[in-house]
Amino acid sequence: MASYFNEEFETLPRPALEALQLKRLQQVLQRVYRNVPFYEESFDNAGISPDAIKSLADLQRLPFTTKQDMRDSYPYGLFAAPMEEIVRIHASSGTTGKPTVVGYTSRDISNWSDLMARSFVAAGAHRGDIIHNAYGYGLFTGGLGAHYGAERLGASVIPISGGNTKRQIMIMQDFGSTVLTCTPSYSLFMAEEARTEGIDFKNLKLRVGIFGAEPWSEAMRREIETKLNLDAIDIYGLSEIMGPGVAIECIEAKSGLHIWEDHFIPEIIDPESGEVLPEGTQGELVITTITKEGIPLIRYRTRDITSLTYAPCICGRTHARLTRMSGRSDDMLIIRGVNVFPSQIESILVRVEGVEPHYLLIVDREENLDTLEVQVEVGEELFSDEIKVLQSLAKRIEKEIKENLGVTSRVKLVEPKTIQRSEGKAKRVIDNRKW
Amino acid sequence: MKVEQISIFIENKSGRLAEVTRTIGEAGVNIRALSLADTSDFGILRLIVDQPGVAKSMLREHGFTVSMTDVVAVEVPDQPLGLFNLLNILDNCGVNVEYMYAFVERCSGSAVMIFRFDNTDEAIRCLHDQGVTILTGERIYSV
Repeated sequence: MASYFNEEFETLPRPALEALQLKRLQQVLQRVYRNVPFYEESFDNAGISPDAIKSLADLQRLPFTTKQDMRDSYPYGLFAAPMEEIVRIHASSGTTGKPTVVGYTSRDISNWSDLMARSFVAAGAHRGDIIHNAYGYGLFTGGLGAHYGAERLGASVIPISGGNTKRQIMIMQDFGSTVLTCTPSYSLFMAEEARTEGIDFKNLKLRVGIFGAEPWSEAMRREIETKLNLDAIDIYGLSEIMGPGVAIECIEAKSGLHIWEDHFIPEIIDPESGEVLPEGTQGELVITTITKEGIPLIRYRTRDITSLTYAPCICGRTHARLTRMSGRSDDMLIIRGVNVFPSQIESILVRVEGVEPHYLLIVDREENLDTLEVQVEVGEELFSDEIKVLQSLAKRIEKEIKENLGVTSRVKLVEPKTIQRSEGKAKRVIDNRKW
Repeated sequence: MKVEQISIFIENKSGRLAEVTRTIGEAGVNIRALSLADTSDFGILRLIVDQPGVAKSMLREHGFTVSMTDVVAVEVPDQPLGLFNLLNILDNCGVNVEYMYAFVERCSGSAVMIFRFDNTDEAIRCLHDQGVTILTGERIYSV
């Protein structure tokens, strides 16, 4: 028998769930049309008024919202609530060095906490658990999102955040952590670190791991479950929509991530044409938030590739399931949980004096951690006959990337013209990771 | 009193050094002295050649990143403490050596060292004052 955090809503029969969705959708449309000039203009341009949305199927008639729209509205342009009601601001990295900003009202924070608590329970966590939260705390939604959910659930949360792996392991061991939350790649890194310290995860109390913020595979799940001796659960979220806890696998099925449909309406579209695709077909996930107050988004294009099923689940939850994310419909890279766009690296290279932006990003995975190599061509304007000058140039670029994007990279200086030039769009990324 | 040195950026991969020497060799350029500084990813090849101008344009044409640097060719007595005495003079003048390498051939019975200084003019003045023989570019290119 599955347990629930909010049984009524999690198992709501579909007709009732859909009626609730429609009511909430109509409310949020009125709200954004009234409060957000962007939506007023975008609905007017599309020639559709919020009053014209009479059924869930009508949602398709509304225009999309994109990450670019969020950037254009930087920082607060898409907020639908006055700043007096915004109690929290988070941000994620954007392509131009400017982050994507999201604001939460206290009701948004409360809803998020509820949904994250639901997600914990779906993953098999409960009151009395000691939740070791190794997601980063800060502007990134991961840390605080999981934290508030853990407290809402009534579990004991250890707000350890990321980094300092040796200490993480000591605390897991000494504090008796039972649930681990972090990126899947970091969990494997911890396992390696523990092994070199002579610590066996079988002797730890960890029972469940909730992993997200980067794509991973079934093979990786098996590896994590073996090495960390726990049930590995996939969680999905993005800051634009809310943060972690938008969707999660249930421990009963471990087959697809339940998206909390009383708060979000998912659609799958063809990323090229924008047409809505039928159930079970792979395409880009589009989400409409129907309860958010701070920054509701209508038909937000997540760029994540997945498919959707409404088939009943053995756990009893009636909410649709997304298959594991299988990629991105644009060139965004997720490196150790951090979103990186090639154009961000490019703008850093331009800024570092004299570097012409002929570069290539090579992403790989070594010892279960994502690695980023940035190859930069050395032209005459930055060449020096002294080794130390070139080495400090490479160091400076690495430092700029770390400070601006939050990812560790290795800069490799290469001869001019070694990076392939192609007509039209240059090939900027080689991703050697296997999913 | 200065000698033109060609510096070439070379990635650490097979065949690049050969490509440099082929490129200048086929243009009839002869190498007089060289040094290779390397890191795990890349190296800098420094060359003294008989026709620096030709070598430079040929290498550029072949897509190499090239720069010209002024270095100083100094006669060093071919005997114990020869190099020490020279470095001592420079040290007393407060000039730092960025790098140095030896010339292949001897010149009037002495060894020849190529120096890259942090302050080239000061180094030349200092060596000159102490009666150290500095070889001109013409002399070096035609050795």
